Amino acid sequence: MHFKARAGAKLADVRLQTALKKLQGNFVKGRADRIAELDNFPDIRDAAAAIRDRALENLDVWLDTFERNATARGTVVHWAETHEDVNRIVREIAARHGVRKVIKSKSMVTEECGLNDALESAGLEVVETDLGEYILQLAKEPPSHIVAPVVHKTRDEVSDLFAEKHNAPRLTDIPALCREAREKLRPHFLTAEMGVSGANFLIAETGSTLIVTNEGNGRMVTTLPKVHVAITGIEKVVPTLEDVSTLLRLLPRHGTGQSITNYISVTTGPKREGDSDGPEHFHVILVDAGRTQLIGGEMQQMLRCIRCGACMNHCPVYQSVGGHAYGWVYPGPMGSILTPTYIGLENARDLPNAATLCGQCEVACPVKIPLPELLRKLRERQFEQGLKPWHEVAALRLWGWLAQRPALYGLATRIKVRALKAMANPQGMIRSLPFGGGWTDRRDFPAPEGKTFRELYGKSKA
Amino acid sequence: MSARANILSRIRTRQGKAVTVRAAEREGVAQYLAEHPQGPRPQTGDDALARFRERALGLATTIDELRSPEELPAAVARYLRGLGLAPVAVCWPEFAALDWQGQGVSMDSRAARGDDLIGITGAFCAIAETGTLMMCSGPDTPPAASLLPETHIAVLRRERIVVGMEDAWALLRGEHGVLPRAVNFISGPSRTADIEQTVTLGAHGPYRVHILLV
Ligand code: SF4
Repeated sequence: MHFKARAGAKLADVRLQTALKKLQGNFVKGRADRIAELDNFPDIRDAAAAIRDRALENLDVWLDTFERNATARGTVVHWAETHEDVNRIVREIAARHGVRKVIKSKSMVTEECGLNDALESAGLEVVETDLGEYILQLAKEPPSHIVAPVVHKTRDEVSDLFAEKHNAPRLTDIPALCREAREKLRPHFLTAEMGVSGANFLIAETGSTLIVTNEGNGRMVTTLPKVHVAITGIEKVVPTLEDVSTLLRLLPRHGTGQSITNYISVTTGPKREGDSDGPEHFHVILVDAGRTQLIGGEMQQMLRCIRCGACMNHCPVYQSVGGHAYGWVYPGPMGSILTPTYIGLENARDLPNAATLCGQCEVACPVKIPLPELLRKLRERQFEQGLKPWHEVAALRLWGWLAQRPALYGLATRIKVRALKAMANPQGMIRSLPFGGGWTDRRDFPAPEGKTFRELYGKSKA
Repeated sequence: MSARANILSRIRTRQGKAVTVRAAEREGVAQYLAEHPQGPRPQTGDDALARFRERALGLATTIDELRSPEELPAAVARYLRGLGLAPVAVCWPEFAALDWQGQGVSMDSRAARGDDLIGITGAFCAIAETGTLMMCSGPDTPPAASLLPETHIAVLRRERIVVGMEDAWALLRGEHGVLPRAVNFISGPSRTADIEQTVTLGAHGPYRVHILLV
């Protein structure tokens, strides 16, 4: 199913529409309030974009530096060209250490990979521990937002779900539901042999991985099991601790409207001599899976993305249809660019068009990614590859041919406006338009007055 | 060819660079690392302690200001009594020798377990800009004590409050050289807003973070 079909269903979903309204209130207003705290926000934003660009311009050298420093502290660094490679590497690590249970903190890269299915089919138990992701795992649904994965669900739905899956009395109070999940998940934290996390940043200088979380599950996943595997995209590397400090002034503000998240955890290698906690084995998997296709040229700017979600929170299309309509892991404007690149333009045909190009996303983006421009670029590519619907291509060709012949163009438009006028009802509205059902199915089309602009303009000059 | 070689050479090819890295590229990277320049810093006022207090309270952390470290056991006992919490806790070794018994607190100096309810820790330093505690892991500073219990009590010395995260890194570079296994920045009790965007304290980590300033 394509975006257009899914979007129609989502617009009609009253519960979803209520849920999406909350997102706008909290995240959009929260971001504005938290940005106002920074007297030099434009400077910080410029610096953040420059930090990401610096990392990308010499990406191979920074990755090599990260690897060297990580290895020196006892981390095992793996490289994965595809999603299948990631799944295979994690399965191998699990097998080597006799792992039966895996606890996960939120990671969009593992969503890309379908890692949970891959591990479960290898006989492993996988438990998502981020509350939102846990709810989705119980409901067997994909996330609909990269920061607030379960934004499409109401409290009532969560109550029903917990009561059914936990086989427990139905609780309705949100803190009680949170405690119920805490108590269900605590034993898993204490018994799992492997923790899988993402990484918001890789710090080249120190060979560290960094994650930002609020719930504390990320700290558990990276502290308690004997094996920790951090999986992240190659573009996440950042040179220094100072650079990461700058980026961390923007990520929580743009993500959840917080000045800082509850936890920021920087992990460097496995457990050290004398430590009473921490994993004995620490693996990092650096994932390409389509990212190198964006390198070089203007699309490279997309890799500056720090996955804050601000572009979707501010997008009128996302605000109306939610994340599931986009059909893959990444929704909103950033998703409309990443999805066609990662899974092929032919598999995500209408996504580059799932935006009004209003420009809100670019304004909201903390690392100044020109999202509308990149979307326009993708549309061009689609056209070049002949991936546009035939009638759109034919119509544009015909228009192009006519527009180059002014006399003929004038004649054709004169005939057209008169024909349209003749079709109108007495109120001057057209009820149904041949080839224009997309417009007239839901609203009337105002009929033209009967003369073209060129005719009127010509007369006024005469 | 290995995945690593494929990925790295794809990056270079797409950027129009020769396959082998030039010395100048490595030097550029090494020089940037040696300089590790700071980015623009926001204004945070002149009084770091006041800023820290204001920010930490805004994150639902609570603060008690003591005159001397001797007051710690009494302050802990008072805090727990106020909340009706049982005075049974685990702590980092540096606090083991204080007179807990005299205040009726049963204290164990060991690594925290999943069912411990109160954890008492120190802190490496704190950041005024955001009201954040910075914790460094180590044999005597285990992270689990600030994570597993429902209540986390942190002892913070006033002179360890720095302005921004950059200053915290500078302190760490100066005192430790290399990073410990885990650096955790803690900004208030754990929380989630996953259900209906409603902020709820106490997700998987502590429900309460209480700072004793000494
Ligand atoms: S594109 Fe920009 S706004 Fe969107 S998620 Fe990435 S960093 Fe955030």
